[in-house]
Amino acid sequence: MQIDRRLFIHFDWTLLGIVLAIASIGILNLYSATAKIEMSGTPLYLKQIFWLLSGLAVMVTIAFIEYRFYSDFAYMVYSIALFLLIVVLGYGIITSGAQRWVKIGSLSFQPSEFVKISLILALAKFFHRPPHRKGYSLKQLPLPFFFLLLPMVLILKQPDLGTTIILLLVFFSILIFVKIRWSSLLTIGLAGGAVVPLLWNFLKEYQKKRIITFFNPDLDPLGAGYHLIQSKIAVGSGGILGKGFMNGTQSKLGFLPEQQTDFIFSALGEEWGLIGSLFVVGLYLALILWGLRIAVQAKDRFGAILAFGVVAMLFWHVFINIGMVLGVMPVVGIPLPLLSYGGSFIISTLIGVGLLLNVSMRRYLF
Amino acid sequence: MMELNTQRMEDFKGIYKYLVVFVGLAFFLIFIRLWSLQVIKGSELRRLSENNCIRLRENPADRGMLLDRKGRILAHNRPSFEVYLVPEDLKANPEVLIKVGEMLNMTQDEIGEKIKAQKRRAPFKPVKIKSDIDWNELALLETNRVYLPGLIVDVRPRRAYDFGDLASHLIGYLGEVDENELKQYKETPYRMGALIGKYGVEYRWENDLRGVDGGRQIEVDALGREIRPLGIVEPFPGNNLFLTIDLDLQKTAEEAYQDKNGALIAMDPKTGRILAMVSKPSFEPDIFARNILPEEWKSLVENPHHPLQNKGIQGQYPAGSVFKIITAIAGLESGIITPNTQFTCTGAFPYGNRDFRCWKEGGHGAISLHRAIVESCDIYFYQAGLKVGVDLIAHYANELGLGRVTGISLPHEKPGTVPSSSWKKKRFGVPWYSGETLSFSVGQGYLNATPLQLLMLISGVANGGKLYLPQVVERIENIYGKKLKEYPPVELGRANVSEKTLQIVQEALRGAVNDPHGTGWICALKGVKVAGKTGTAQVIRLPENFKKGDMNRMPLKFRDHAWFVAYAPFEDPKISIAVLVEHGGFGASAAAPIAKKVIEKYLNLEPSPPSKMAEKESDLDYAD
Repeated sequence: MQIDRRLFIHFDWTLLGIVLAIASIGILNLYSATAKIEMSGTPLYLKQIFWLLSGLAVMVTIAFIEYRFYSDFAYMVYSIALFLLIVVLGYGIITSGAQRWVKIGSLSFQPSEFVKISLILALAKFFHRPPHRKGYSLKQLPLPFFFLLLPMVLILKQPDLGTTIILLLVFFSILIFVKIRWSSLLTIGLAGGAVVPLLWNFLKEYQKKRIITFFNPDLDPLGAGYHLIQSKIAVGSGGILGKGFMNGTQSKLGFLPEQQTDFIFSALGEEWGLIGSLFVVGLYLALILWGLRIAVQAKDRFGAILAFGVVAMLFWHVFINIGMVLGVMPVVGIPLPLLSYGGSFIISTLIGVGLLLNVSMRRYLF
Repeated sequence: MMELNTQRMEDFKGIYKYLVVFVGLAFFLIFIRLWSLQVIKGSELRRLSENNCIRLRENPADRGMLLDRKGRILAHNRPSFEVYLVPEDLKANPEVLIKVGEMLNMTQDEIGEKIKAQKRRAPFKPVKIKSDIDWNELALLETNRVYLPGLIVDVRPRRAYDFGDLASHLIGYLGEVDENELKQYKETPYRMGALIGKYGVEYRWENDLRGVDGGRQIEVDALGREIRPLGIVEPFPGNNLFLTIDLDLQKTAEEAYQDKNGALIAMDPKTGRILAMVSKPSFEPDIFARNILPEEWKSLVENPHHPLQNKGIQGQYPAGSVFKIITAIAGLESGIITPNTQFTCTGAFPYGNRDFRCWKEGGHGAISLHRAIVESCDIYFYQAGLKVGVDLIAHYANELGLGRVTGISLPHEKPGTVPSSSWKKKRFGVPWYSGETLSFSVGQGYLNATPLQLLMLISGVANGGKLYLPQVVERIENIYGKKLKEYPPVELGRANVSEKTLQIVQEALRGAVNDPHGTGWICALKGVKVAGKTGTAQVIRLPENFKKGDMNRMPLKFRDHAWFVAYAPFEDPKISIAVLVEHGGFGASAAAPIAKKVIEKYLNLEPSPPSKMAEKESDLDYAD
């Protein structure tokens, strides 16, 4: 395959710039937030830099391979991701614990991260054939639902509620984007509303309790409620100007169970205050709006849906994570793109950005 | 490559503006929330962050009680006052450390060490520096509390065992939760330093006993003193266990051992419920409830009499003459011997190049099965065993529960060993020698059994071959007295032994206690017929010229173990019992009196005065 010279002319430097800006802030923030954690081995921020560089390399590679090529392999990629999930679950059963990781040599990764991308690919492939005049109807959708439910059940079993919720939200975002009939959407909503209470009765008492505290952490003042209040104190104590780089106290003391991953934003809020928080939130907003523009300006349906899927994934991650840290969303394990620590997550995020770049720079081609 | 599909692209353009509005609203929501936290509530939240004003205090649940079958308390919880310090709060007021040290009679180094020991402590988590302080110390600390920021005095439930070492092996003990246990209980995690059942019933029923811990989320002032609670979770006590043992019977059994070592288990043969379970020497479970001192632990572990072992289920001993019951059953069932088959005992039985002896010098003369069991004639069983053969004996041993665990719900039960020709081939790679059958048929050689297994054997015989799972817990109730779980008798199966054979054996066992010359005569009771069998398990092979009276002059660790198994009343068995006295010498004189006391107590009989025969040294004192 020859790389078209025009690709460089149309390369989306804005998108790359926003992503690099967020990622750099992410490294700095991680450095500060984990500075006082005593840990053996490589410091987390160095590991994160390594993952970031690897991710950027993957991103560039992904960006320069014509995206129509991915469409040919979409279902295959999806199958492989699903297979890895089954492997992980089987291994988890053997070791009788929550198991999200696959180990290959000294590298371990979370297949559930890549399932998000592969689901977007599979759905883009499916929906690249346009609907009838009024939009897709339920009769046309068994296969997409199948695409969603298979990995969802497997991930729920790990158990990883956060990723399950992301899959669900990305799926419905795409359905709306490709235009599903309103009547069908209503049917799905009603069916879901009917099934949930039924399932509820099957849950054990402790499982019910866990889900309730999930949505109302105040009921668990010794666990989630405590973490949440500490998170709010951390963000709020930053005030307008923040306590300054490396000067945060709350987020460094180990009150938060996932301070370097899910609750990383609280460290940012504490040290950089409203000014810093708004700056980062603004960057995310720019990223998402820019991504939406890429999606609607794409040359073809596959590219558009692919780009939109990635944007939806990023949006829900950002919105739910920050909402959770600020105490307006239930405490689900959803990390913040480019800020939270995590190798698989940063790579899957950058694969997504690679796809966005890909669609963006080919909108004048073909 | 697939063709580009550019149809209906206008759908996307149509929805674009709605998406932008949606995203805008979502981010506006984040903005509002940031504003509210960082600008409006900013100074308030900063104040709370300054001294880490929101903290957690633990409030562990009361552990469920252990009660005997009649509801008498064996283990419960008593309040204990514990002193904690919050090291972070002491930084501003280092003099608190000195004052507290004075009040508790502790040096600065001692306290410093306790604080340092908690390395992986979450910040602002209190460190326990002294537990179970007395009233004077408590009064002193409480009156000065205002001047002692960073000090916390809290009441905690502390496990208490009112009867000391009574039934200690059955009850078990607690210990600090370790790394493995922390991982194991992911669903309902333990806090660091929590006490968890490590042995016995405390261990096996941990999930029922532990309860649900509570705690408080509190706000403290700049000196670390509590201002107000923000959230409270009340602890919920664990469930109460009603054990199958009877406190009075257990006491009687423990006292009967005096300073002897060994194990006793008594059971209701018709239900499998354990009535008493003794293992000696015992330990004080209480020392585990506070953290056990290293010296105490060392002395328990290094004690040559293994006080931490429940010998009733973990000790494996040769069964001695008790095993003759099996040899007799194997002979009768196979038809190789009948009640009338006679062998001659001359006191010694030459086989191979050695003399196998009977315990009775001069021998029993011509003897048939009934008298051979009553008087425990070895030579009868050497010859009967030779005729029956090792594998048939092994088969009936397995049939009556030997060689495998009984499945009692207590940790570390041992299976014992029942040898057979194939077992020996596999284990040692050499064939079985017929000379070994001689030792085997009188319960020596490779054969090993736990006291619980011999109890199962005698209970099976008493019960017409029916074997019940031995159980130690009768039911579980919550604190309101609501029954949560019951443990009904579980029939394990029926030994494949005919009614007739069992009757012959039962008659002989009755004779062993009640007939003239019966080896178990010491256990004969007024008014109630007891059936039983004595046994003596050799620890070392005795020299050829060994005299019976020499046993008492041997070093203790070489003396034989004494066995007695029995059931009563003969007509309608209500209690079966197995007694082992380690290095006790002969079963008749060492083990049978203990069994007698327990049976008397259980059947509510007047303790009978020592029999006249016991006054003078009798030949039967040395009977095995």
